[in-house]
Amino acid sequence: MTPILQAQNLNKRFGGNEAVKDVSFVVNAGECVVLAGDNGAGKSTVIKMISGVHTPTSGEVRFQEERLTGKTPNAIRQTGIETIYQDLALADNLDPGLNLYLGREATRRFLGIPMVDRRTMRETAKEVLKGLGIVIPDPSAPVRDLSGGQRQAIAIARAIHWKAKLVIMDEPTAALGVPEQREVMALIERLKAQGVGIILISHNLPDIFAAADRIIVLARGVVAGERRPAETSDEEIVRLMMGAAG
Amino acid sequence: MSGSSAQKPTGASFLKPLLGAWSWIFLLAILVFFELYARAETGQTFLFRVYNIQSIAIAASQILLLALGLTLVIVAGHIDLSIGFTTGLSAVVMALVIRMAGPESGWAIVILAMLVGTFAAVIVGLVNGWLVAILNVPSFIGTLGTYGVARGGALIVAGGATVSIRSDEARAFGNGDILGFPVPVVVAAVLAFLCHYLLAHTRFGVHTYALGANRASVERAGVNVKKHLIWLFVISAVTAGVGGLVYTGRFSAGAANAGEPILLYAVAAVFIGGASLTGGQGTITGTVIGAFIIAVIQFGLVFSGLPPYWQFVAVGLVIIVAVLVDQSRDKLTGMQS
Repeated sequence: MTPILQAQNLNKRFGGNEAVKDVSFVVNAGECVVLAGDNGAGKSTVIKMISGVHTPTSGEVRFQEERLTGKTPNAIRQTGIETIYQDLALADNLDPGLNLYLGREATRRFLGIPMVDRRTMRETAKEVLKGLGIVIPDPSAPVRDLSGGQRQAIAIARAIHWKAKLVIMDEPTAALGVPEQREVMALIERLKAQGVGIILISHNLPDIFAAADRIIVLARGVVAGERRPAETSDEEIVRLMMGAAG
Repeated sequence: MSGSSAQKPTGASFLKPLLGAWSWIFLLAILVFFELYARAETGQTFLFRVYNIQSIAIAASQILLLALGLTLVIVAGHIDLSIGFTTGLSAVVMALVIRMAGPESGWAIVILAMLVGTFAAVIVGLVNGWLVAILNVPSFIGTLGTYGVARGGALIVAGGATVSIRSDEARAFGNGDILGFPVPVVVAAVLAFLCHYLLAHTRFGVHTYALGANRASVERAGVNVKKHLIWLFVISAVTAGVGGLVYTGRFSAGAANAGEPILLYAVAAVFIGGASLTGGQGTITGTVIGAFIIAVIQFGLVFSGLPPYWQFVAVGLVIIVAVLVDQSRDKLTGMQS
């Protein structure tokens, strides 16, 4: 398998504080890589260097052989990397369709005048969500009326609809109830089945073992170890997260 | 996930559409009230006289010209207080250009004067946009600052006095009519239509709503939020500036404080129309209704022979009611999730 994403020797220094030191890993198509680690281990800094929010102090990120480091978050998004932040960044007052299309709205012409085509966007959102096994009772209602899991699904639907090849998810189940957590894990499986690469940030052990093809444990800014779920145990991952030598 | 948010029956669900349409109902109620009052007290009709309808429509369009652009700014979660004096600045600048051209000014001069007046407004809008979008000054403070600057600027260029003009063309612009509709009303209607199109039917409008709900949502969607904000403040300044042009036309004089008494009414019209201080809500249709509610109260109280000061009390009460309705609507939607 050729990796779609390569992070090579990423370093990030904030003032005198080395947040991330020499982190390297790859993500293959259809693979879910979990970045595990305690708070402050450098997980968020690593994904922000991939999504372009932070520029590495040294090292680089390559995506499908293309150098990403130095590009703007927008340009990186357009190459096919979608980041789903913990807060989801949905516009709560708009319906699922508009949220799916936000920034890339569909328009139609009425007497030659361009108009936002709410109906098409609503229908598309309904279809994409149906493909994820989710039925929204009222597709024209604002997303603030939806459950946490449904909102998560809209963020994931956005990645699917716009043909993301790599999806980065930051603690997607953190704010959800147990049944919804399971549904998000099912969504991750569907994304993988479509050949999408996934980087999942988590410190929840059941989630890590349920979703991961590979687990990369970060501790104090360095890679403390890399394991396959079948070759490791809860205890070992916890030990690595605590910073003990692997 | 599909079943996890089954809608709980709220019992008050029939209230929701009622609260959504409360401004229509309220407008209707005060029209009925003044009609009955007028008939009982004077035996005359209040509503069914062309003069009364025209007066109300002109008063409403004065409020609207300030409130239209403001609606967009408020939907985006900001506010523009400078419009009160942007109106005055445009009014004074237009009057000065006509005066400099001499008494024999034709349409060309009047149109040039209107363009220069609008340009003055655009400058205020750009400064507001720059403060809020680039320097991250909270819009309440930033536009309060430009409120002062525009006020001083208007008074300085006017030499502290009202700039009176003599121009038949300008007077025709302010007092004429098109097919029986007063020109100020037609101007406000055209701008209302444009603003409605912008807010309800364009991508710009969608981004404005999203910006009001969650700035990160539009930022991460790749929208240039800074540019968007600057545009919003320019639009707000331009509709307020057009209000100044209409003022100069109506009174054959440009006054620095032309917009000052209308500012609070304009803000009130937007909130009565369903907008929320936190942004993400509001429509042009709502603002139009809001402006008419205020205009009917203003004119109705004068018509009824009550001291005109009662209008301040009445409009103040309506604003409070509008906020209370907005809150109970939020509570109703909150109950559903």
